[in-house]
Amino acid sequence: MNSPEAIPPPHEQLYAASKTVHNKRIDGPFRRFKWLMMAVTLTIYYATPWIRWDRGPHAPDQAVLVDLANRRFYMFGIEIWPHEFYFVAGLLIMAGIGLFVITSAAGRAWCGYSCPQTVWTDLFQHVDRFVDGDRNARMRLDAAPWTWGKVLRRAFKWTIYLVIGFWTGGAWIMYFADAPTLVHDFWRGEAAPVAYITVAVLTLTTVVLGGFMREQVCIYMCPWPRIQTAMMDEKSLLVTYKDWRGEPRGSLKKAEKDPGSFGDCIDCTQCVQVCPTGIDIRQGPQIGCITCALCIDACDRVMKDIGRPRGLIDYATLEDCAREAAGEEPRPVLKTLMRPRTLIYFGIWASIGLALLFALGTRSHLDMTISPDRNPPYMLMSDGSIRNAYTLKLRNMTSQPRDMKVTLEGLPGAAFWTESMARADAAREQSFTVPADETRTVRAYVVAPSDTAQQEFSFVLTAGGDRPETDSGEARFTAPESN
Amino acid sequence: MANDSKRVDQPTGTEFVGHEWDGIEELNTPLPRWWLWTFYGTVIWAIAYVIAFPAIPMLSKGTEGMLGWTSRGQLAEEMKLADQARMTVREQIAAVDVTKLSGNPQLMEQAIAGGAAAFKINCSQCHGSGAAGNQQLGYANLNDDDWLWGGNMREIEYTITHGIRQPGSERQSVMPAFAGVLQPAQVDALVAHVRSLSGKGKDNAVGAQLYAENCAQCHGANGEGMRKFGAPRLNDAIWLRGSSAEAIRSQILNPKMGAMPAWGERLDPVTIKMLTAFVHSRGGGEDFVESPEAAQPDAAKTDGANEQP
Repeated sequence: MNSPEAIPPPHEQLYAASKTVHNKRIDGPFRRFKWLMMAVTLTIYYATPWIRWDRGPHAPDQAVLVDLANRRFYMFGIEIWPHEFYFVAGLLIMAGIGLFVITSAAGRAWCGYSCPQTVWTDLFQHVDRFVDGDRNARMRLDAAPWTWGKVLRRAFKWTIYLVIGFWTGGAWIMYFADAPTLVHDFWRGEAAPVAYITVAVLTLTTVVLGGFMREQVCIYMCPWPRIQTAMMDEKSLLVTYKDWRGEPRGSLKKAEKDPGSFGDCIDCTQCVQVCPTGIDIRQGPQIGCITCALCIDACDRVMKDIGRPRGLIDYATLEDCAREAAGEEPRPVLKTLMRPRTLIYFGIWASIGLALLFALGTRSHLDMTISPDRNPPYMLMSDGSIRNAYTLKLRNMTSQPRDMKVTLEGLPGAAFWTESMARADAAREQSFTVPADETRTVRAYVVAPSDTAQQEFSFVLTAGGDRPETDSGEARFTAPESN
Repeated sequence: MANDSKRVDQPTGTEFVGHEWDGIEELNTPLPRWWLWTFYGTVIWAIAYVIAFPAIPMLSKGTEGMLGWTSRGQLAEEMKLADQARMTVREQIAAVDVTKLSGNPQLMEQAIAGGAAAFKINCSQCHGSGAAGNQQLGYANLNDDDWLWGGNMREIEYTITHGIRQPGSERQSVMPAFAGVLQPAQVDALVAHVRSLSGKGKDNAVGAQLYAENCAQCHGANGEGMRKFGAPRLNDAIWLRGSSAEAIRSQILNPKMGAMPAWGERLDPVTIKMLTAFVHSRGGGEDFVESPEAAQPDAAKTDGANEQP
């Protein structure tokens, strides 16, 4: 059983332990851009729920709020009702096509700088560096036996992980309730169970995905790297190693001995050491590369130190690589960005945005839906007149109560009353007060003389106040076929 | 196989596994080990799930699971919770006199909603799901403003509770059959007169005479009906069993009279109150109570929650 033959040789093992990536600290323009993106994205995430926005006494004063209980979505000056969900759908489509635009123009820029997985992984890697030191120290500590010192260090690091995870989950729930109230309730144990469950789940996923899984998420779990390969072409920018310049690799010493027979790459492996996903960019474009460009920072620094031109690893298109290799001038960046594919993506993206803005600017704060009773379609009254019943929904989408009037248009001789009044009060116009930010359901009984034929008519809804608005809806008046 | 596996794919530097299908060969790119552990984890989860929950179908019934969970049990529990949630509304409705119910719009709305549900279960078999009745079978339409026994909240509640032509109900009356009492020619004259009361066809002296002698006691001198005896109005446009000469003749010769069960024996008073509110709200309700809150509907925070997306 325990003979050496029973253990399959390494090349036949179908599963391999993942190797922890200990990326080295680096500084450079791209690293600084990454810092900036991290600061911007995390600030947006943590600070947004705390921005206040005065909407008057009848609506919440949180700038961004997803009010699931009352089915309202607030975003600064915009309030979205369930029936206006197409705004949210439009925003999601814009986000999707926005990814297409970015990917076709600048490759995996989303992956490299602003994907939450990238940002949080980056954050956790800085924690590693803060607690355990840089690459070499971390590798030594990983290999070291479990002494008390190591246990304490790990406990300290994982505590920081947990705190970050908790803050991440804690910030998430702030988008779904009034943030100050929720924080207060949360610490007093009075918040809804779903708040605690959400925080617990997000704490766990943040720690597991950001603290431990890291690049494994990008390589094995995320579908986006696969999808975006379909969006890139030879004109898309990507981080690439210019092998015609670098190969064959040789150290400075070898190059001194034998000038002219080696490329610019001195095989210092700095590009591999700084990579947050642990790949070797010199093997060409690959699924593990999130194009964070830290290898460009590392290589440029080395090239500067040894007095060779920068850009051995650089942002370039595959087409430019071929041109450069053939000794031609690369295309101007602007020309690379402005090509039909990116322009079409951008055009679609921008026109959806403009359409949404237009719809937002012209949308009404008043709405009426009419649904006729179909069973029975009409009623005969004892005086011979014909009655139809309709359910009207009067929506007041402002933060003030509104007085509204519903008037009949067409249908001569008709009048209507509602379920809360007697037929004696029937008239062609009725008044209603609709509370702020609510819908009032009214049953309208429309009665018309006995000789009325089947016909179309309209309900017209008008609301006065500071901003008079009107809405109308067609309805069908059903009568006996003999009429 | 051992020999194959030493070969290396040149472009990627990866070893071959040694499997080949029509010239396509598999490279050895090992999956991460955590993936394997995740797979084992799901296997363990599945076994635990099958033990804990009902899972395996047997001959007569499936395995029951250690936790004793059933979807029926879950439903029962949810129904119980829903009932409890409704209790407060039911208590409020129980505390309000039925005639005052429409004065509280919010409670009235809830009562109507509850009544609509109860109506579908208990009443729609005869009165129809839209409460429009059935003229052929003589089930009354509850949407119109014609009431045989009265259309205010009090009367509707009485009718539902005690029924019509049931023991113990005040709603008793019998219309005599005139088959064999009147001659065919007399019946024709009477039918013409009854139809003329609502403006259908010509009147005649013989019919008017017969009507005054035989019918006016209950149906009124001009056909205005009498709710005390559930005698229908004959001078309006609504005919429970049809307004054709044939229908009226048949009703004179061999009258059919509706009966309705006394629901007080089967339903609790709150459900009956809710049914009353529903029937009253169908558009023909009489004697409205003015709502004190109608002037300030702001106070009745009715809607956001009722809004359907």
